Amino acid sequence: MSQTLPDETMNPHGETTPSRHGTAAFGDDAAAAMPAIAMTGLRKIYDGVSVVDGVDLAIPPGEFFGLLGPNGAGKTTTLRMLLGLTPIDAGSVRVLGMSIPEYEREVRARLGVVPQFDTLDPDFTVEENLLTYASYFGLSGPVLTQRIDDLLDLANLESRRGARINTLSGGMKRRLTLARALINQPEVVILDEPTTGLDPQARHHLWRQLRRLRQRGVTLVLTTHYMEEAEELCDRIAIIDAGRIIACDSPTALIAAHVEPWVISLSTASARQFIADPSMLPARMLEIADTWLIYTADPAAVRAELESAGLPHSTRAANLEDVFLKLTGHDLRE
Amino acid sequence: MSHTRHPLLPRPSLRFIPVWRRNLRVWRKLMMPSLLGNFGEPVLYLLAFGYGFGRLVGELDGMSYMVFIASGIICSSAMFTASFEGMYSAYTRMAEQNTWLAMLGTPLTLDDIVFAEAIWAATKGLVSAAAILVVASVLGLVTDARALLALPVVFLAAFTFGSLALVVTSVARSYDFFLYYFTLAVTPMLLLSGVFFPLQEMPGWVQGLALSLPLAHVVEIVRPLMTGTWPTQVALHLAVIVAYGAVALVVATALIHRRLIR
Repeated sequence: MSQTLPDETMNPHGETTPSRHGTAAFGDDAAAAMPAIAMTGLRKIYDGVSVVDGVDLAIPPGEFFGLLGPNGAGKTTTLRMLLGLTPIDAGSVRVLGMSIPEYEREVRARLGVVPQFDTLDPDFTVEENLLTYASYFGLSGPVLTQRIDDLLDLANLESRRGARINTLSGGMKRRLTLARALINQPEVVILDEPTTGLDPQARHHLWRQLRRLRQRGVTLVLTTHYMEEAEELCDRIAIIDAGRIIACDSPTALIAAHVEPWVISLSTASARQFIADPSMLPARMLEIADTWLIYTADPAAVRAELESAGLPHSTRAANLEDVFLKLTGHDLRE
Repeated sequence: MSHTRHPLLPRPSLRFIPVWRRNLRVWRKLMMPSLLGNFGEPVLYLLAFGYGFGRLVGELDGMSYMVFIASGIICSSAMFTASFEGMYSAYTRMAEQNTWLAMLGTPLTLDDIVFAEAIWAATKGLVSAAAILVVASVLGLVTDARALLALPVVFLAAFTFGSLALVVTSVARSYDFFLYYFTLAVTPMLLLSGVFFPLQEMPGWVQGLALSLPLAHVVEIVRPLMTGTWPTQVALHLAVIVAYGAVALVVATALIHRRLIR
């Protein structure tokens, strides 16, 4: 599936959050001509299995892009190929116009990476972690000192400057990891499940920082298991399964294209009585664990049926999770 | 599959220096226990064997046994220190703390990182050898300034032993794996390379075996320098040490690349 990017997909959902008005200029021509990240026919084969199976993707500068998929779908492998950490079996990756792996050094100098697992240096303090990481980019001196002050401030870690890593909470570690990824003022930031394991407060703090980056025109690529996170943050989302992109659009467009606008849920026991004759319903149904989801464009009709049968239920608007479940199936993975 | 990286030859850049400095920064925090291990133990061996055996043995190759063993222990200590660093410490950074993975998010490449680790192992080997040299001087076992020339040789040797250790690390799945290398390579080298007694006392085939391994060649250069004479066949000895180091670095880099870039 080819995802070339005509101008109209660049910023079609600028109204969703205020931050997106900040970088309206890139749709013109030069930026459109050169995506921040371009993958063509990207493929990775492990033991005869295509883990990434022909991915085509173009991410324009300044976009907040989300990569969603079940475990083992090929998200992390795709990101690793982007960074030059996994050899490419077929196809090509260009980041900021430079080919990977030939220019991995040059590309990584302009990139920020937030890995899935904690890679902070446990022997160092918060500040030493930033100093040391900066040295890998060849950064030092008063400019760096100022930058570290700013980043600690941004990450709300100013008071923990001299703290050892093992005294930090999970949220603090993640914030420090993001601060570390920004030490070289990157043009592109890659985030592999950055909020996994965080409490809601910590997650919202991180989201705020990511939106600020988006506002400043940084290109962001995010993988996540949290659908509301992707829906909240991303301009555009690709859903990847079995190494292929099966859908790619803005969250609202994905919802409109793939699922009915309303979802009514009820327990399995209630559903059993109710669906004795499902053909009567103007709806599609899905069983997930012990809940039934009824997807419909006409919730009033379904609700009337349920109420006349006296069955407890609840109604909500369809969201990205419904798209995800429809497209990737609802069986447990792994 | 496109690769600018030569499949075999590593191409480290000067960016290895920040990696080396990172290790130095960690070491400075843990310096006391680390120095005690790298230097205290060899000094205990030196004193115990030197005084204990010294009286029984008397003179060896025209020098007191204390002097003989001091010049040997400088070499073996560099080997042990560099090997430990290239195995336990490097493995921790590679597999436990993901330090190298973090570095790969920056302009560093694995070529830089592996080279930096080998240079770092060499640095630690040099530090421990230098510390023992100071003790030996204080004890009056070393009097000739030529002993200082032993230090660059020890650095080179420690680079070789560090690189060999990194080869072992590249295929290790746990810390236990390192015992194989210590038991099958490091300890036999220690016992057969003329550290504790002259190599000439051994049967011919053992001498041949010893001379096919690097440590004996290190001792052959370092001992004369420590005792105020000039070593012979220096080029040959250096060639063996360099060859082991160069091949080990290439193999270690290739294997670590295959392990992590996949």
